[in-house]
Amino acid sequence: MRPNIFVKDRVAIVGAGITKFMRRSLETPRELAWEAASQALESAGLTLKDIDCVVTGSAPDTFDGVHFKGEYIADGSGGISKPITRVYVGGGTGVFIPDAGFWHVASGLCKKVLVLGEEKMSPAHPHPQYVFKYIWDPILERPLEPNLIWIFAMEMRRYMAKCGAQKEDIALVSVKNKRNALDHPSALIPANITVEDVLNSELLVWPVNLLDISPVTDGAVALVMTSEDVARRLTDTPVWVDGIGFTLENQHWYNRELSFPRYLNYAARMAYKMAGIERPWKEIDVAEPYDPFDYKELHHIEGLMLARPCEAWKLVKEGYFNRDGELPTSPSGGLLGVGNPIAAAGVMKVAELYWQLRYEAGKRQVKKAVHKAVANAWGDLMQAGTVIVLSN
Amino acid sequence: MSRVAIVGAGYYGFKPQTIDLSFQDLMFESSSRAYASIDPRKDIDAFVDCQEDMWEGIAIADEFAPEPIGGALRPTFTVAGDGLQGIAHAYMMIKSGYFDVVAVESHGKPSEIKTLQDIYRFALDPQYIRPLEPGNPLFYAGLDAVAYMKRNNVKREHLAMVAVKNKNNGLRNERASFSTKITLDEVLDSRFSIYPMSKYEIAPFSDASITFVLSSEENVRKFTDTPVWIDGIGFSTETGTGATQWHEFGRMKSMREASKMAYRVAGLDGNVDKYVDFAEVEDRFSFMEPLTVEEVMLAKEGEAHKMLEKGDFCFNGYKPINPSGGSLSMGVQLEATGLARLLEAYLQLINKAGMHQLKGVSKALVATWRGVPTYSSVVALLSA
Amino acid sequence: MEEVPGIGLKSSEMYSLIGLLEDRPKARYDFSAGPTVSKFLLGLKEGKILGKKCPRCGRIFVPPRSYCEWCHVATSEWVEVPQTGIIHTAVVSYISAKRQRLEKPEVVGIVRLDVPGYRDKEYEFAGLFHRICIDPKLVVTGEAIGMRVKVRWKPKEERKASILDIECFEPVR
Repeated sequence: MRPNIFVKDRVAIVGAGITKFMRRSLETPRELAWEAASQALESAGLTLKDIDCVVTGSAPDTFDGVHFKGEYIADGSGGISKPITRVYVGGGTGVFIPDAGFWHVASGLCKKVLVLGEEKMSPAHPHPQYVFKYIWDPILERPLEPNLIWIFAMEMRRYMAKCGAQKEDIALVSVKNKRNALDHPSALIPANITVEDVLNSELLVWPVNLLDISPVTDGAVALVMTSEDVARRLTDTPVWVDGIGFTLENQHWYNRELSFPRYLNYAARMAYKMAGIERPWKEIDVAEPYDPFDYKELHHIEGLMLARPCEAWKLVKEGYFNRDGELPTSPSGGLLGVGNPIAAAGVMKVAELYWQLRYEAGKRQVKKAVHKAVANAWGDLMQAGTVIVLSN
Repeated sequence: MSRVAIVGAGYYGFKPQTIDLSFQDLMFESSSRAYASIDPRKDIDAFVDCQEDMWEGIAIADEFAPEPIGGALRPTFTVAGDGLQGIAHAYMMIKSGYFDVVAVESHGKPSEIKTLQDIYRFALDPQYIRPLEPGNPLFYAGLDAVAYMKRNNVKREHLAMVAVKNKNNGLRNERASFSTKITLDEVLDSRFSIYPMSKYEIAPFSDASITFVLSSEENVRKFTDTPVWIDGIGFSTETGTGATQWHEFGRMKSMREASKMAYRVAGLDGNVDKYVDFAEVEDRFSFMEPLTVEEVMLAKEGEAHKMLEKGDFCFNGYKPINPSGGSLSMGVQLEATGLARLLEAYLQLINKAGMHQLKGVSKALVATWRGVPTYSSVVALLSA
Repeated sequence: MEEVPGIGLKSSEMYSLIGLLEDRPKARYDFSAGPTVSKFLLGLKEGKILGKKCPRCGRIFVPPRSYCEWCHVATSEWVEVPQTGIIHTAVVSYISAKRQRLEKPEVVGIVRLDVPGYRDKEYEFAGLFHRICIDPKLVVTGEAIGMRVKVRWKPKEERKASILDIECFEPVR
């Protein structure tokens, strides 16, 4: 541990931009990327000329129907004679892109980095979900023709069995997030629904109903990250990246206890250690845990150590995670309310915390004062945990 | 600030097909060889894997990255790009001070792809290029070759000389499955494959997995007595594949920008020529070798083909280029190609290049391009 | 960020766009199983479940792999493992991989096999993901979790050295 805290430049987020999250967008993938990138640059007070490096993320190429998808959206993402790479950890990409942006700045190689997540799922037809047929092990899993929802349902069932949670308890997360999303301008399916609505929605794979899941979405989100000296010149309220963490579990998800995401726990510990946070359940003021399914938010809250294992579902009932609660989670409305463009969703969560920490979240601003925040994303076959810890 | 060094490297394959092993077996073999003196479970802080979904045949190929390279339940991620881009990430991670030892793996198993050309076709712009049904998707290389030849008055003979040099250089290299004792006349007499290049001037495909271990300066001695320092690294993309009309045909601007960044990072100014003893550069199409040499400023503009003709780039020449035989004799391993160039340069610098060892070399340049239809390049500067 | 850019379309609007192009990738791959998985599949053909052991930590992996991911060493010994286990988790699917309604709901899940060397409450275990031939009601009530099951094989003539040589897991009577 270095005692001289001024040795290393800190890394800050100084701008964010987001498109609408749509079921199917008119814009092409490059246009979506451009919309988000130019918004982010504008909010930071910069132009593309100022940017040194770009990091992009986009999940399966099969959605857009283009191989080398990163190269395809490069120009829309600002990669015009610039150092640009694409990182990829499945659904975890969203929070991982700013993690990678972090070392672009912290290494000293780049002072101003544009970080962008883009996803256009709608071109895949008849249904984008079919693309998920190809994420499985070709020899041991694909012959069984699994649907992606199966793996989530299995994990949800295990969580319910181990922790005693019922569907009604878990559905509260969907209710909370969709209601939160009513205040998000990008939201795809914000709504005032009840637990009954969730339980009565189409039954897909018991215990998963349609309203337990986040929708297929097109969208893009971008951030601008800079070194400390640049940040202080651009804004009075930079948001600091205090910690990054990422872990990838083994690919044999059916050789592991599914009720607790230890890979996320490892990633969270890595980020908290870097950030100097020892008691996240006390020190974190607001969180954006990844919520592609409602039970996943609870799963991740526990992985992030914001609640003890098997306790999160009880706290939801008490309103603990509401916007006016002790530890607001997904004040944006999360993936359940705003939408799930696979790689961009995580960046949306980081952007939300950026706005929250600057008190610029408007109607979504949480009641309590906020200083430290954490966001996570999940990906692959119950493998990727990516975490970022921010502060103001 | 601490320097970054390569402290270990391993590989497996470099054959036209490896049907007896799964791609994960290949990854395990190459990483085991790279980790000869390292315990990946304890000593390595992060793992970077470089692969593209549609080469692997698995959407989210990242899922299969951690296990075979020792990254399970460790900080592991995938860069959807060339292995050298992964090296760039590892370099930045170590320079940031938060990671001390990082492993980078990349592999290509093109023998498993039954419809390789169709996958290349799938990388073309869906709205403006694919409907033209251009036949061979690698036609872009022909366009660049013709423009390069016109700009610098380069003749077909010069391109053929690259093939002759590299295919013959490969005869000394056990990793060069496609080397052959070819003569200039034989190349010139063969039919065009993609005008203006014959089949000898277009690299075939081979399977391989390559793993590198990078370390910060303080930890180098724990692992090896022969570190190879990465003095500079640069990467750049000129334009996206959806906007190839913005590319300056006949040039490889991304290569020039990448090399400028690498020289800046290395703190070099001016004369690159005196810094570099030899280079392992892009040659999956014959014209790319002289073009790359010019774009990385090892030769003045319009001079590379003359130096080639004089014999400067030969194995015993003034500035050996691709003494390993390049991709033309080793094959292209998809995203691992950049690491193949890096591997050959690394082995030269630690005196383990066997029959194709150059004498008394201590500084190298490595340059790679991601291939058609991209315009992305990476350049690295090494010293021993 | 009150005004966010983006023009959303209804399905009918998207499919009647001028300039909408359709394309299909021709993507065919031949995956090599490698020596370890190949032997496992051949074992299935013979009605056996084979696991492979790590010489360093002693874990027996099912499905077997060429390497131990926890030690990063090559696995060595082959072990035939019991064909019984308990259900770790199970679900009832009403939709197919193509998101169409199934005629009959399918129960799938993870079976934790009785492979020696793993403690009861250990995070890791040896197991398989497969179909489970039980009444869907048992999944909902929770009785399925922890239920003892065994392999039901396909008839010998129908086995092709594939994971589908196992028909499903059924309750031990």
